[in-house]
Amino acid sequence: MSGQRLPGAPDSIDATLALLEAGGYVADRALATVVFLALRMGRPLFLEGEAGVGKTEIAKVLASVLGRRLIRLQCYEGLDLASAVYEWNYAAQMIAIRATEAAGSVDRDRLVEDVFSERYLIRRPLLQALEPDPAGAPVLLVDELDRTDEAFEAFLLEVLSDFQVTVPELGTVRAEHPPIVVVTSNRTREVHDALKRRCLYHWVDYPNAARELAILRARVPEAPKRLSREVVGFVQAIRREDLFKAPGVAETLDWASALVELDAAALDPAVVGDTLGVLLKYQDDIAKTDAGRIEALIQDARVAAKAMG
Amino acid sequence: MDGAAPAAGGRLPDNIAYFGRALRAAGLPVGPGSVLDAIRAVETAGIGRREDFYWTLHAVFVTRREHHLVFDQAFHVFWRKRQMLEKMLAMLSPNAPARPERKGPPPLKRVEDAFFAGVGEPRTEEKPRIEVETRLAVSTEEVFRTKDFAQMSAEEIVEARRRIALLRLPDERVATRRLIADRSGKQLDLRATLRASLRSGGELVDLHRRGPGERRPPLVALLDISGSMADYSRLVLQFLHALTAQRRRVSTFLFGTRLTNVSRALAHRDPDEALALAGESAKDWSGGTRIASSLRAFNRHWSRRVLGQGAVVLLITDGLEREAGEHLAFEMDRLHRSCRRLIWLNPLLRYEGFEPRAAGVRAMLPHVDDFRPVHNLASIEILVKALSVSE
Repeated sequence: MSGQRLPGAPDSIDATLALLEAGGYVADRALATVVFLALRMGRPLFLEGEAGVGKTEIAKVLASVLGRRLIRLQCYEGLDLASAVYEWNYAAQMIAIRATEAAGSVDRDRLVEDVFSERYLIRRPLLQALEPDPAGAPVLLVDELDRTDEAFEAFLLEVLSDFQVTVPELGTVRAEHPPIVVVTSNRTREVHDALKRRCLYHWVDYPNAARELAILRARVPEAPKRLSREVVGFVQAIRREDLFKAPGVAETLDWASALVELDAAALDPAVVGDTLGVLLKYQDDIAKTDAGRIEALIQDARVAAKAMG
Repeated sequence: MDGAAPAAGGRLPDNIAYFGRALRAAGLPVGPGSVLDAIRAVETAGIGRREDFYWTLHAVFVTRREHHLVFDQAFHVFWRKRQMLEKMLAMLSPNAPARPERKGPPPLKRVEDAFFAGVGEPRTEEKPRIEVETRLAVSTEEVFRTKDFAQMSAEEIVEARRRIALLRLPDERVATRRLIADRSGKQLDLRATLRASLRSGGELVDLHRRGPGERRPPLVALLDISGSMADYSRLVLQFLHALTAQRRRVSTFLFGTRLTNVSRALAHRDPDEALALAGESAKDWSGGTRIASSLRAFNRHWSRRVLGQGAVVLLITDGLEREAGEHLAFEMDRLHRSCRRLIWLNPLLRYEGFEPRAAGVRAMLPHVDDFRPVHNLASIEILVKALSVSE
């Protein structure tokens, strides 16, 4: 499969970097390497990392820059086949059965065949992802896999290794072109090694200051230069604090947008104190970051901002 | 970029295979499958830059964040020199120890016990006495079951260990959100109903139902291994090993001055090997206790990962903490709020009229659902029963 070229897929790591950047995603070289390999080798991409570091975003950006459809399977505890693969439209089936009965003679075999036909099939994300698409195989995002139970994980393992599922009444559906699969996990529990082995693994870390600034500029271009630098400096500093949950990139972007809305040109203690809830999501963390701490963090941020030039 | 020097092409797969073996020797789960994948990945990416080569191998060989460091070090050692192949061969030869930092394996406890048994043998003269009267044997049994672990002889500890390993947890179950077929379930199962009714041509409608299934909740044990707990912690660890073998999703953490996750070590089937590995990974046996900071480390780094899906937490400590105070209460509160049930096992409860005077105990007590002794076989048996009662 390594020789197989996905139409529109990048042909080098540099090209992958450029492609992601064109979609507004500033990746580091490590991430670009796994994305490139996943696309070229047709393997699922398994991304782990703290909440809000941009794991889900990669799938969205890949879909948009490659011009594919994005199919998202949001995982939750209790997720079953009916909501992940397919379901029958029972109401319509019932009506069909009654209608046949009303018409008189009932040919039981034909009725079964008719009622369990494609007409009454409701396709859920996994089945959709395996079906041919004129735009090319879709991007399948299996989001927050750690939220499902182990039974579903085992089922997914089968789907991801063979790219096929069986609907008992219809037969096996096999993907002609395997979808581009991105699996994400917040690591609220360990995902089984067997599944990880099918995938290319990457731990998405918090970005360093330079990359976070690049992301901020790409995503919130309306933020003044000085403010952007200080925001990044502040977030980088507060991540080193003793927090229960450090802010992710998503929070940085939200915060910068919030500050722009408030017309802030630079950080000052009052405005930081008022908007701290955008960055920190635990009351303990907010309580711990008192006025004195904010002052000190702003000082750090200013120094860091100067260094960013 | 794709022109990875063809001259190197011949030797590169071999080198990658050797590298894979080195990683395995260092403890990473690298199988032949991943080596083939790695070769394919390198062929796909080409080796234009050292950094790309690094991340290409990384994408295949690393499947956990914890493995990154090992990979990183192995990579730099392995691919630094030109004669890496020869070097690797030397490293992998049977003469060289696979993990030099590890000294010879400590003697298995079982072997030690074998020697103990020989020493204890002269005592056989006691036997006739037990045979004389059955009632005495029964009361001996009772004495043994309620004997404090701290007062047991080596021989009795061996017996206690054997019995602990035999204890079976009753089947505690909690409802899952995944639905299964259930005659008295609350929800209609339309899929099953329709299929069944089609068998009769749609005439007979026999309603099928479904309801929540059941599973065992995860169990998380936090075991104090400080000096004051020394007489108990090893036997409790034995109990936890037996638990790990019986059910899925048991996580065990040891703490004294710092927190150590020994779940993987305890998953070894052989109890001696498992306990030895667990003992090796915790560096702070029989030292002081810092309960608050250990709990904090747990809350910070592990609670979100192991306490999902309604976990039950066993906290096994005597609660004797010098630096007790607000922090301890705070961390206990957070732990309590993150799990379904928090059970505190305290060997000090063996004293009748135990009163929670120590500051640590007072800080912790308001935040537990259940407070129980754990100092003899009888108390462990009671614990096993208690674990079967939900809520």
